[in-house]
Amino acid sequence: MSPFWIDLIIMLIKVIVVMGALLGGVVVMVVVERRGAGFIQGRLGPNRVGPWGWLQPIADGIKLFLKEEFIPAQAYKPLYLAAPAFFMFIAFVTFAVIPFGDKVELFGRTIQLQIADVNIGILYIFAFASLGVYGIVIAGWSSNNKFSLMGGLRSAAQMISYEVALGLSIIGVLMVGQSLRLNDIIGMQTQYWSYLPRWNIFIQPLGFLIFLIAAIAEVNRIPFDLCEAEQELVVGYQVEYGSMKFAMYYLGEYTNLITFSALIVVLFFGGWHIPWIEGLNIHPLLLALLQVVAFVVKVFAFLWFFVWVRWTFPRFRYDQLMRFGWLVLLPLAIFNIFVTGVVMVLIP
Amino acid sequence: MRVVTPKLRLIDRIYIPALIKGLYTTIKHFFMRRFTQEYPEEKRKPFPGYRGLHRLNKDHLGRVKCVACFMCATICPSKCIEIEADEAPWEDREKYPVKFEINTLRCIFCGMCEEACPELSIQLTHIYEMADVTREAFVRRKDDMLGTNEFWVLKEY
Ligand code: SF4
Ligand code: SF4
Repeated sequence: MSPFWIDLIIMLIKVIVVMGALLGGVVVMVVVERRGAGFIQGRLGPNRVGPWGWLQPIADGIKLFLKEEFIPAQAYKPLYLAAPAFFMFIAFVTFAVIPFGDKVELFGRTIQLQIADVNIGILYIFAFASLGVYGIVIAGWSSNNKFSLMGGLRSAAQMISYEVALGLSIIGVLMVGQSLRLNDIIGMQTQYWSYLPRWNIFIQPLGFLIFLIAAIAEVNRIPFDLCEAEQELVVGYQVEYGSMKFAMYYLGEYTNLITFSALIVVLFFGGWHIPWIEGLNIHPLLLALLQVVAFVVKVFAFLWFFVWVRWTFPRFRYDQLMRFGWLVLLPLAIFNIFVTGVVMVLIP
Repeated sequence: MRVVTPKLRLIDRIYIPALIKGLYTTIKHFFMRRFTQEYPEEKRKPFPGYRGLHRLNKDHLGRVKCVACFMCATICPSKCIEIEADEAPWEDREKYPVKFEINTLRCIFCGMCEEACPELSIQLTHIYEMADVTREAFVRRKDDMLGTNEFWVLKEY
């Protein structure tokens, strides 16, 4: 076979594996979220379907699948139907540039454990993550429902506001890493200061904090889920969606969550890097496997953090949200860039 | 009413210590002891004096204790006890019930009937699982209620 075909097959395998892993991650997240919520609230959570409730997502899926496909009469049908698919598509595509492992040598060829090694990986993620808001806004508009529209509008305003802080908070990381390629950023973090790994969390703690908060706002989770706000907006843009269309939003939201957790891990926690493992002389293939496992563990730690935050904090009020985004996070992010610059000049 | 805004110190205004405190609270709950009783497998133990399904007691000869005095039917606030009396076949009493029905759909389980009963014949047991599919099944007859005799009632007066 010509190298082109081999490359294509490898690429396809990677895509399928990553897609499967993402869907699997969503399934695990559904259980973790629901049971975690139960435990945090002193309940047991859904534990009936399968051992320890692990088959709950399948039961949920079957339920959603068997529901009646309902289209409200007043909705603008083409957009109404396209919005959830678009939202889910964007959510899945965003993950493409996340590196989940180091290069592996297999049968004499180097395989990058990443779907697309784009040299502007971060910009790619931000571009697609902000496209995701269209799925929400279009859904809000085309449902032709007051609550949906309000949810969509709020979501648009919130995403735009927090994207600014989100984008500025990683400028510090980019300044330190001198690259927009995610692999280079991880490469930077595999070095050491004597014994401490040079993870960006130690260099950019403020940037990390801002990124974490803005990321929660970007994935529309409590305490920033203003566009869903059950009490005021029922569930905002999802009001008119049921059955599989609702499931698509569900999937898309969790995929976004996984993507942002992965991004936090890549940017601030050394990606797939396992500290102090270099001296141990492990077989390269085993090492690569361990690194993928380490990456998954780190991502899940952050997914759990998101769940934890969700069941701890109350929702912001809309004006508080806006004030917080523009008057607190944005100045802090700029301050962080400034300090990073000064330190970089002083300590070359 | 005047709303007094409390004065916040800098540490309160940064807000992060409060957030961490909140997270600490929830994670404490995560490891807390659960009090959930998983119902169909784990039955709830009724507390003493619980008022469940009625039963009719028997005396030492196995006869129904009830003398059909209609005290319970009279006191019953929801008027759900229906008794038909007849002459007793035994020497020691004049009447006994040939029909004794309680419509448990109307019953409010107030326990007035057992308090009114002079013979300690009607009593409320600890049975609380009374679900059924037909309306007729909820009308408990005399034999049903004599059959629930083994459910002893723990009373604390
Ligand atoms: S418990 Fe109350 S309502 Fe029920 S039969 Fe007895 S007196 Fe009537
Ligand atoms: S159950 Fe008791 S109160 Fe009711 S009729 Fe019989 S003896 Fe009288």
